[in-house]
Amino acid sequence: MKITEEMVDYVSILARLKLPQEEKTRMTGELEQILAYMDVLDGLDTSGVEPMSHVFPLKNVLRSDEVVPSGDRAELLANAPVPDEAAFLVPKTVE
Amino acid sequence: MELWEFTALELGGLIQRGEVSPTQAAQVALDRMAAEQDRNNAFVTRLDGETVLAQAAEVEKRLAAGEKLSPLAGVPMALKDNICTKGVRTTCASKILGDFTPPYDATAAEKLKTAGGVLLGKLNLDEFAMGSTSETSYYGPTRNPWDLDRAPGGSSGGAAAAVAAGECWYAIGSDTGGSIRQPASYCGVTGLKPTYGSVSRYGLIAYASSLDQLGPLARSADDCAAVLELMAGKDRRDGTSLDAGWGSLTASLTGDLRGLRVGLPSDCFGEGLDQEVRAAVLSAADVLKARGAAVEEFSFPMMKYVVPTYYIIAAAEASSNLSRFDGVKYGWRAADYEDLTDLYEKTRTQGFGAEVKRRILLGTFVLSAGYYDAYYKKALQVKALIKKAYDEAFEKYDLLLTPVAPTTAPRLGESLGDPLKMYLSDIYTVPLNLAGLPGLSMPCGFDGQGLPIGAQLIGPALGEAKVLNAAHAFQLDTDYHRQSPVGKEAQAK
Amino acid sequence: MTWETVIGLETHVELSTKTKIFCSCTTEFGGAPNTHCCPVCMGMPGTLPVVNEKVLEYAVKVGLALDGEITRSCRFDRKNYFYPDLPKAYQISQLYLPIVRNGRLTIRTESGGEKTIRIHELHMEEDAGKLVHDPWIDQTRCDYNRCGVPLIEIVTEPDFRSGEEVIAYLEKLRSTLQYLGVSDCKMQEGSLRCDVNLSVRPAGSAELGTRTEMKNLNSFKAIARSIEYEARRQIELIEEGRRVVQETRRWDENKDATFAMRSKENAQDYRYFPEPDIPPLEIGEDYLERLRKEQPELAEARMARYQADWGLPVYDTQMLTSQKALAEFFEATVALGTPPKQAANWIMGEVLRRLSADGLEAKDMALTPRTLARLIELVQEGKLNRNTAVRVFDAVFADDGDVDAYVKEHGLEQVSDAGLVGSVVDKVLAANPKSIQDFKAGKEKAFGFLVGQVMRELKGQASPQVVHQALRERLEQL
Repeated sequence: MKITEEMVDYVSILARLKLPQEEKTRMTGELEQILAYMDVLDGLDTSGVEPMSHVFPLKNVLRSDEVVPSGDRAELLANAPVPDEAAFLVPKTVE
Repeated sequence: MELWEFTALELGGLIQRGEVSPTQAAQVALDRMAAEQDRNNAFVTRLDGETVLAQAAEVEKRLAAGEKLSPLAGVPMALKDNICTKGVRTTCASKILGDFTPPYDATAAEKLKTAGGVLLGKLNLDEFAMGSTSETSYYGPTRNPWDLDRAPGGSSGGAAAAVAAGECWYAIGSDTGGSIRQPASYCGVTGLKPTYGSVSRYGLIAYASSLDQLGPLARSADDCAAVLELMAGKDRRDGTSLDAGWGSLTASLTGDLRGLRVGLPSDCFGEGLDQEVRAAVLSAADVLKARGAAVEEFSFPMMKYVVPTYYIIAAAEASSNLSRFDGVKYGWRAADYEDLTDLYEKTRTQGFGAEVKRRILLGTFVLSAGYYDAYYKKALQVKALIKKAYDEAFEKYDLLLTPVAPTTAPRLGESLGDPLKMYLSDIYTVPLNLAGLPGLSMPCGFDGQGLPIGAQLIGPALGEAKVLNAAHAFQLDTDYHRQSPVGKEAQAK
Repeated sequence: MTWETVIGLETHVELSTKTKIFCSCTTEFGGAPNTHCCPVCMGMPGTLPVVNEKVLEYAVKVGLALDGEITRSCRFDRKNYFYPDLPKAYQISQLYLPIVRNGRLTIRTESGGEKTIRIHELHMEEDAGKLVHDPWIDQTRCDYNRCGVPLIEIVTEPDFRSGEEVIAYLEKLRSTLQYLGVSDCKMQEGSLRCDVNLSVRPAGSAELGTRTEMKNLNSFKAIARSIEYEARRQIELIEEGRRVVQETRRWDENKDATFAMRSKENAQDYRYFPEPDIPPLEIGEDYLERLRKEQPELAEARMARYQADWGLPVYDTQMLTSQKALAEFFEATVALGTPPKQAANWIMGEVLRRLSADGLEAKDMALTPRTLARLIELVQEGKLNRNTAVRVFDAVFADDGDVDAYVKEHGLEQVSDAGLVGSVVDKVLAANPKSIQDFKAGKEKAFGFLVGQVMRELKGQASPQVVHQALRERLEQL
């Protein structure tokens, strides 16, 4: 399949990446090469095969509904790139 | 023999018997790190001497008080820097995590601490564990102690290099597609990727959640068994963790291989495999045979599908797992953004390295509207077939034996130019992650340039005891695992 | 041309579990920002979700109540998008194998008939956090207290044709959820929220028109008004020869109108894939059987029972079962010996009047069945007359006061002493010879006047029956 720069642009928007032109051009070529190689899977008949997301037959791993004290706020916020005593801060997002 | 040349269990024994104190051992490690760090760059973060010695003193006190800790109490160790450590910076070797200091320990780290482990620091890796050479680290590449111009493998390159260079007695790495086994092979140490779920992933910063698994790197198979016993077990914080039910792994290391059926997948010994590597792995089969194992070749045609399947699944999960790094809650934030979207885009574009961005884009693509069925769903179907092929193989064989990597350690800079070629070199290791199986890499020889070669033993799910016993048996009859690069590097030059 | 409005509903309901869906933080409403959080619900690196067993249980219970098919092997999926209220940048939800499919809920229409609304699916997911803009620093604050609170999303087929049907459905749904005890359904706290999908088409057409999705609907009133507004807007567009654009629109309560939301930069490509951190949920027959047994009696069953056991009219049973707490209050009152019809009348009359006047829901009222039962008993025994009893009711309602004490304190007990009444009657007759004449002349009105006079003398506390009887007897003797 031909991978165009428009396709890379679309995927970049979804992934919140904005590649400089030079990097984008190189990435487009590399993705095309990698995806072309992936096409080897087309040679394998998988009709009727159930997609397997979990390899080990674990099921119903559940937790009881009991409250555990929440974390210390100062500790949870300590890594924030913009410090604030109560919350994480982002540029204006809502009114 | 220097103290750092002992295995972890041997040192643990000396400590138990009071012949060596934990602080003495810690001091040896600190000296070794000081001597090697500038050469191999195995560590991203080294704890300061005071902190390390304080931990050792604490273990000493507990042992003196008669506390039963573990056979490895007081043995210095280090963790790959994608394993969260409370109060110790955890970077994933990425710019984007900045000085992220977790307010929690990974379950595995906590268990080792409880067992008397003495943490030396955090080991270098490919950024977010994505790579096969440890060269994509934001903190500079790690170098192979056997030849400083070569890569130590990856992504747990720092872990393999530190063990090989005698800077720690064991290390914990993570393995998503071979990231413990391949660097173990390149650096001449023993590394085990356990069955998926046997070690809790809580606190392991996720690359590909369905494939990631923590495991030990050490000099010997019995060290790996001892470390795994300390880390394994069901964890209420990881819904995919399980109780392996192995009993004592160290107790199962009898060295007796009589009646063991070992399969050699012929598809792992063909085109693309270096001849010296091939010969070394086949001679390892002979050692197992001499101990009573029956070795037989068989055909495993699924091999040609494993790399694309792996990269589709791993990239897809990575694209989602790495979305949380956005400059809002932790880590690094770009300067001069105009609005929220600009903040996200600048932070992520400047904060991630090229290989990570490549995999995020690839993963986003295979999940995007219109391509999901052709790539992602298809890969999950092939994964089911790969798992089935292994199930069938293990009806006939107890273990499989393959190379770990097609070649020995490449020169630094040699691999990065061609991503697809680098992906292809993961062929022997990735299928185990897809099928969730245990695999061990053990040193089985050297090539003409004096670089270590590894052989991979593969077991059925939860078959760690068999895998470790076969490796232990091999190590009873060989001494590749006791070779050290320290002092030899000069001769090679 | 006549137009038909076609509406489908997506309702998000916060479940009233004690802890969040994937971690053990409290779900309690309120709290200072980011104080009901931990590394898991804050999406810190390396943390993992573990499912709360109550969430699954509640979702299945709702599924059973909605007569849906329970998916025996269900999975969680990741829905990927960037927004600061979602710290992992993906929401753990269900797309491929939701817990419930093909349910239904029957509503009563305005014309008094019944209509079945088909439920397309019900799935479990986590709530997002709250963003609050701080004008002082011109930054938006992210508060993750609500992040990870369990939600079920209930998606209907486009089966509604009017706002009234939508409201009837929501009321029925709310009542059902309350009967099950799985949610408190408080719209003002956001524990019941809904998005409305609406399109219009010429009446009789089988094809669906282009739909818009409306968000930010915080009350039943807002839902009803927005439906009315949006249907009109779409019809006008089409009649002017323009097109309806498929988009998300925001209801503005103050402007009484919907507005197109700024379209996100990317198309809605959420890249759903199976959540690798959560093993599948396999639902066995035993589990289902246990939950079926635990299901409480829902409104319909109670209505039928009230009709069969106590002969109550359909209208009464509908009113009484409209809220679980009300039905329980009713049953408890009857259990204390109150005749069912008396209890029903008092509840439908006085209790609902006060609830509505005080803006309360039945489950929040202080009044106990014992108090109401005692009040009715006093009326039955002739110790209070109906009007006085209503006065007492109003006095004790707010804080469940003591009926007997109140009656005594205020001297409200009804006078049934025939001797006392008789002497007052004599006194009144002696003072009103004209009225006696009028009565004898056949003017029935005079009798009413005399009753009034007697009652006045007795300060309204006399039993009307006793007064009537005594007066008639004396007048006949004259």
